[in-house]
Amino acid sequence: MIEAENLTKRYGDKTAVDDLSFTVVPGRVTGFLGPNGAGKSTTMRLLLGLDRPHRGDARICGVHYGQLPAPLRVVGALLEARAVHTGRSAYNHLLCLAQTQGIGKKRVDEVVELVGLTGAARKRAGGFSLGMGQRLGIAAALLGDPSVLILDEPVNGLDPEGIVWIRTLMQRLAAEGRTVFVSSHLMNEMAVTAEHLIVIGRGRLIADCSTEEFIERSTEKMVIVRSPDVERLTGVLVGEGAKVSPDGDGTLTVTHMEAPRVGELAAAEGVVLHELTPKRGSLEAAFMELTRDSVEYGAGAGTEETR
Amino acid sequence: MSPATTGAATSGADARPAQAPPAYSRPGFGRLMLAEWTKIRTVRSTLWSLILLFLLVLGFTALFVGLTVAQWDDMKPEDQASITADPVSFILGSGFFLGQLTICVLGVLIIASEYSTGMIRASLLAVPRRLPMLWAKATVFGLVVLVLGVVVSFVSFFIGAALFGDKASVSLGDDGVLRAVIGGGLYLAMLGLFALAVGAIVRHPAGGITGVIGFVLVLAPLASLLPGSIGEHVHAYLPSEAGYLISKAHQGEDDILSPWEGYGVFALWTAALLGIASVLLKRRDA
Repeated sequence: MIEAENLTKRYGDKTAVDDLSFTVVPGRVTGFLGPNGAGKSTTMRLLLGLDRPHRGDARICGVHYGQLPAPLRVVGALLEARAVHTGRSAYNHLLCLAQTQGIGKKRVDEVVELVGLTGAARKRAGGFSLGMGQRLGIAAALLGDPSVLILDEPVNGLDPEGIVWIRTLMQRLAAEGRTVFVSSHLMNEMAVTAEHLIVIGRGRLIADCSTEEFIERSTEKMVIVRSPDVERLTGVLVGEGAKVSPDGDGTLTVTHMEAPRVGELAAAEGVVLHELTPKRGSLEAAFMELTRDSVEYGAGAGTEETR
Repeated sequence: MSPATTGAATSGADARPAQAPPAYSRPGFGRLMLAEWTKIRTVRSTLWSLILLFLLVLGFTALFVGLTVAQWDDMKPEDQASITADPVSFILGSGFFLGQLTICVLGVLIIASEYSTGMIRASLLAVPRRLPMLWAKATVFGLVVLVLGVVVSFVSFFIGAALFGDKASVSLGDDGVLRAVIGGGLYLAMLGLFALAVGAIVRHPAGGITGVIGFVLVLAPLASLLPGSIGEHVHAYLPSEAGYLISKAHQGEDDILSPWEGYGVFALWTAALLGIASVLLKRRDA
């Protein structure tokens, strides 16, 4: 259980997190979604007591992170920025963290194997690829077998296989009754991973609902229609209140009307249909639409934002 | 990733209630010290710094004492007298002058490298109350330097004393000599803590090292440029100048402070900086 209450954090005059309140419950993967610079990492750092909020409160299992007697046994965290000494081996990194909590060497070996770093555990972490570094971070998070996981952009740098692995892992951890709170700026990734979404933009809460509901709410329904007699069909549909945009090739994209109604009208008018497909708008597009006003670093010339 | 490696994340079949009260006890200071010991011994900079400490201290002891002995008969009587008055101070001084810089560097790196690599975040997630981490680190590092410092100090002394032979004979049994040789180790240990405190305040390896070396090597000659007794007093109370007095067999004629007074002054400097470091560690975002 994670609770954020009116969390506010400013850096200079810039408000990174603005009066943010939400609750993350155990037993499901909760996605923390927002464009770059929305305040996701800052929020997670506030939850973990690394940064102090200017206002508000963050509690894990009912207490401040700093009040947990053996925090790694309760909360496992993967931070966005690397938190590993580059000169130390992966194994020794995990070992020194384990020793602070009285966690044995056996568990260190276990998590090393769990994340698939067995072969590289004795190598210096500075030489790790982004993906290996990410696996090491996940190993550190799992070290204390925690009931709460806070993972900041865990898929960053992972190859497709690694992405599937971490997704499966998170879902299994949630199924075991743990609280899994995972941030991402990728809507599509969250759509397949998370059951519940907390969406923020410019440090403010935009949505706190199930992933299904979020998709339902934010994507427009449309119908793709293909017909040899586009002109007549357009006239009929527009006459009944639909919005129609021709895509060429005898294809129309119809909105504001359900597929069955389109079919009925076409049948009534005797218009031949070659295709009638209900569709949803792209999730990514919907997400961009939703957060457009709250994007911190807008791409002026239409170039892709990079992280 | 093979399916096998995605095996159970839990160490057993412990289906813990979703919101378990934190039932684990707070780790004791011994555990934190063990963790800090693991941190210190598992980075290469520690080993290299300590090897360099021995090479520089022992090498320069042999070099300076050897050269002095070779020139002995050409030296002015008053220079000879200043050495024979306190040979142990001369022996240790010749090795420590450069050798101590390795401890300055290591002390800063021990903490500042955690900031430069991001390790500090992992450290503070493990010890969110923060200060116990700093104290454990300081204790372990201080002890490591104390032990090695006493060893290097003794070896340096024996090399120097052997080279001097009967020209400036000195033995551990002489008044104040044993204290001075152990004092060499005490000085290095305190210097290590001093550097660690500066590293914790500055949080940046290069900046911290520059700061400490400025304190140790630059401020002293600068202070002696100040006119008259102001300069003398400022100089005497500078951290490393005061602290170094502990490696003298007895208080020199020009010394304002006795060996233990000087060491006390150094300890106060270090305590003050550690105090500042602890307040900042508690307050600043990591």
